[in-house]
Amino acid sequence: MATDANATPTAENEAERTRTGQWFRPPVDIVEKADELLLIADLPGAASESIDIDFNDGLLTIEGAVAGRYDEKMNALLAEYGVGNFHRAFRVSEQIDSNRIHAEFTNGVLTVHLPKAEAAKPRKIQVQAS
Amino acid sequence: MMLLRRTNGFHPLDQLRTQMDRLVSDFFGPMPGAYAPRVIAGPRSFPALNVWEFGDHLYAEAELPGMSSDDIDVSVVGGDLTIRGHRGEQLEDGSSYHRRERGTGEFTRVLRLPIEVDADRVEASLKDGVLLVKLPKAESAKPKKIKVAAG
Repeated sequence: MATDANATPTAENEAERTRTGQWFRPPVDIVEKADELLLIADLPGAASESIDIDFNDGLLTIEGAVAGRYDEKMNALLAEYGVGNFHRAFRVSEQIDSNRIHAEFTNGVLTVHLPKAEAAKPRKIQVQAS
Repeated sequence: MMLLRRTNGFHPLDQLRTQMDRLVSDFFGPMPGAYAPRVIAGPRSFPALNVWEFGDHLYAEAELPGMSSDDIDVSVVGGDLTIRGHRGEQLEDGSSYHRRERGTGEFTRVLRLPIEVDADRVEASLKDGVLLVKLPKAESAKPKKIKVAAG
């Protein structure tokens, strides 16, 4: 299982914030498959090169910078959402093979693949007949 | 630093959090004297919209992550902007959700435009999950300089 580390901020994830501006907590799906965990996050407006994924000691942190899209000369008629950077962190209790973590970013959606370590994969144990 | 939750109304639970989040997440803040367009579909229907006016254009922007241009239909009829679309599910067999916050399904949002636009020249683009609709103002809606004749 992966638990939301934002609920209990730790010193390590508090120290991450080096960018200024407004921050948002993106909606996330976490999906377990036979051989990997998938973390899927909506990061609309983030540029793929601005996305940081960090996995350290079971703490998975994702951050995405979003460039400002508006300037003050625009005359706002309707403002229903704010625009800013994204940050979210999770404690992952499964054994993850951190060398094989990879991610893709398509249409504003980040998918992080967290392959399970060999030891954590389900194994069928044969019962020997005596 | 405070983390704000994204509320776009797609997820049913968003409706519960909306009020508080709106207080803190409004980017523009109250604009004195700004015209507030009449929202037909209700303020919290998906997708949330930012609409602004700049030069000869009106712009409407919505966050639609996980959708391609084939999933989205934008139209302008009779002064109403309609954004329609759907976001599918990609869960494969043999997998299960540990956490599910991203909404799926169909949506329609209708917005009465505050300014007359040229519906034939409306353009829409989608980049990194952000839809931007560019609506040229109709000739009749552009400001005109009136020459004062000396009598």
